[in-house]
Amino acid sequence: MRAADGTPLKVSIARAMRRNRLLALGLIAPLFFFILFSFIVPIVDMSLRSIDNSVVPGVLPNTTAALRDWDGEGLPPEATFAALAADINAGRESREIGKVATRLNYEVSGMRGTIMGTARKIARIEEGPYKEALIEANKDWGETETWLLLKRLSDPYTFGYYLNAVDMRFDSVGNVVAQPEFRQIYVNLFIRTLWMSLLITGLTILLGYPIAHLMATLPLRYSNLLMILVLLPFWTSLLVRTTAWIVMLQSEGVINSLMVWIGLIANDARPQLVHNKIGTIIAMTHILLPFMVLPLYSVMKTIPPSYMRAARSLGANQLTAFVRVYMPQTMAGVGAGCILVFILAIGYYITPELVGGTSGTLISNLIAYHMQQSLNWSLAAALGVILLGTVAALYFIYNRIVGIDNMKLG
Amino acid sequence: MALPSYAGPVERIWYYSYRVACGAIFVFLIAPILVVIPLSFNSVPFFTFTPEMLSFDPAGYSLRWYRDFLNNPQWIHSLQNSFIIAIASTILSTTLGTLAALGLSRPYTPYKSVIMGILISPMIVPLIISATGMFFFYTSIGLAQTHLGIILAHTALGTPFVVITVTATLVGFDQSLIRAAQNLGAAPTTVFFRVIMPLILPGVISGGLFAFITSFDEVVVVLFLADFDQRTIPLQMFSGLREQISPTILAVATLLVLISVLLLTTLELLRRRSERLRGLSPQ
Repeated sequence: MRAADGTPLKVSIARAMRRNRLLALGLIAPLFFFILFSFIVPIVDMSLRSIDNSVVPGVLPNTTAALRDWDGEGLPPEATFAALAADINAGRESREIGKVATRLNYEVSGMRGTIMGTARKIARIEEGPYKEALIEANKDWGETETWLLLKRLSDPYTFGYYLNAVDMRFDSVGNVVAQPEFRQIYVNLFIRTLWMSLLITGLTILLGYPIAHLMATLPLRYSNLLMILVLLPFWTSLLVRTTAWIVMLQSEGVINSLMVWIGLIANDARPQLVHNKIGTIIAMTHILLPFMVLPLYSVMKTIPPSYMRAARSLGANQLTAFVRVYMPQTMAGVGAGCILVFILAIGYYITPELVGGTSGTLISNLIAYHMQQSLNWSLAAALGVILLGTVAALYFIYNRIVGIDNMKLG
Repeated sequence: MALPSYAGPVERIWYYSYRVACGAIFVFLIAPILVVIPLSFNSVPFFTFTPEMLSFDPAGYSLRWYRDFLNNPQWIHSLQNSFIIAIASTILSTTLGTLAALGLSRPYTPYKSVIMGILISPMIVPLIISATGMFFFYTSIGLAQTHLGIILAHTALGTPFVVITVTATLVGFDQSLIRAAQNLGAAPTTVFFRVIMPLILPGVISGGLFAFITSFDEVVVVLFLADFDQRTIPLQMFSGLREQISPTILAVATLLVLISVLLLTTLELLRRRSERLRGLSPQ
């Protein structure tokens, strides 16, 4: 078979298909490269930062080179001390030395003082022997442990931040040990984040299932009206809804005043409803409820009401018919809604930050804390990668159950 | 779902208590938003209903916080920033997203699911992680603390919504219409603007509205990327709620509720129109 211009039909079709594919890829390319540049590269960049350990080798290059041959017994030779003195002096002049001090302080608290104290005195040490002079400046330099720490941090990559993120650390000889008890916060926070997200997901099912069912079974005229009550919060700014809950829940707020007015509680015994766990749970349940109702509703609307009538006429009572006939058909919607709400909940930041106080904050808040206040960016990145991994796994399941193409919005 | 005539007393009780419970849940959904509105007209700086307000005494109400909002250059500046950033990123993400959705909906597009996964990823990744990554990267290339940086970041966050809504509109799109137009001698641009665009317009507009509200409402990325000059309304509210809380925030919140009502109405009208065009619903 040949096409009109004489080329074999097979070749001609293959050429047309190739052109089609190229055209499609050409249409996708601008967005693809845009997302790659503005989103994927930053995320990868952040992930690399979680294993980045270049501060010590970067600022103390001579010391790390000298320590490479040291066997870790006793104190390193005079040449290493001389290298350290030169590095600290250079670091003081370039003002980079503070980074090393901070980095070492993450590992052993008190190291900031050691480094900064030595840096202040370094100008006075003009010539060797540097060993005595440095130990004179700060006695930590006479400890094998200090040098072992420097040697351990000479490697430009580390998994130390991931260990920190699960409440572990390297000890002075490089073994993995648990953090001292007062520094163990992250595992508990991960557990709290998962537990609160589960609870919030459960509450959204509890509240979302009945109203989705009601909207799916009412005539379209009424259900469209009710739908507005679901969609209005969905479209309202997150900040507005969080503000609203602060106003509702504070001790002089609407809910407490209402309860006092009814006589449910005494005026001087108003319970604390906001800036704690309860505040986070109530506000987040409200904010995420539409994400449960919408997938449930779209599944329930496809279930013919005749199935329930058939079950009833075959002798099932209302409850049996509902549990054995109706509920199994809604499970796809429940699954989709649950995973959607759960994914959103474990990464939530704004609402817990504003209404969570200290007991109601989640892992995101700690990431933000390390980004903005403690400035331990690598630890923030390690926590972020763990969170990202969890979300990616959940998304994979979501894609298996629902398929991203079937996602409905609004 | 009306109560069947054969329902027994237990079923009746169950039916009415179910209705009451549903009513309570709808109140839970809508009450916080409605409560903010009257409180924003409070004449005293409290976040609660004063006795004057409850007795509908006109002295209990005032426009004080709205005047405060309009006379505060910081709020006005944030409002301008919010609109500039949201409109610019909406235009960018709608254009890029629509093109990509057209490519994704063509038959025989290779690696469809992988590409879709990457394009959708900004919607799935928790905002705090996106913001962290963008902070590092945008700082290193000098885009942090610029309007452009925030616009690009918001464009990335908004495109998944455009891709999803436009792809959904294209599901029922008859690809042979394109071939017919080409057959009749239309140039590719003519095909796009005269044949494809009118048919997918509702999807494009609703995707654009999603992109707009995503940017307009976004605070985490702005928190990490913005300097004082790039403050937006949500960031201003966020820091207001954290530091010195003033009822001006309630006035702003009321205005934002108004905007969301407008958006919701537009979307609903669009949905009705497209359902009517597809003949899905009775007039």
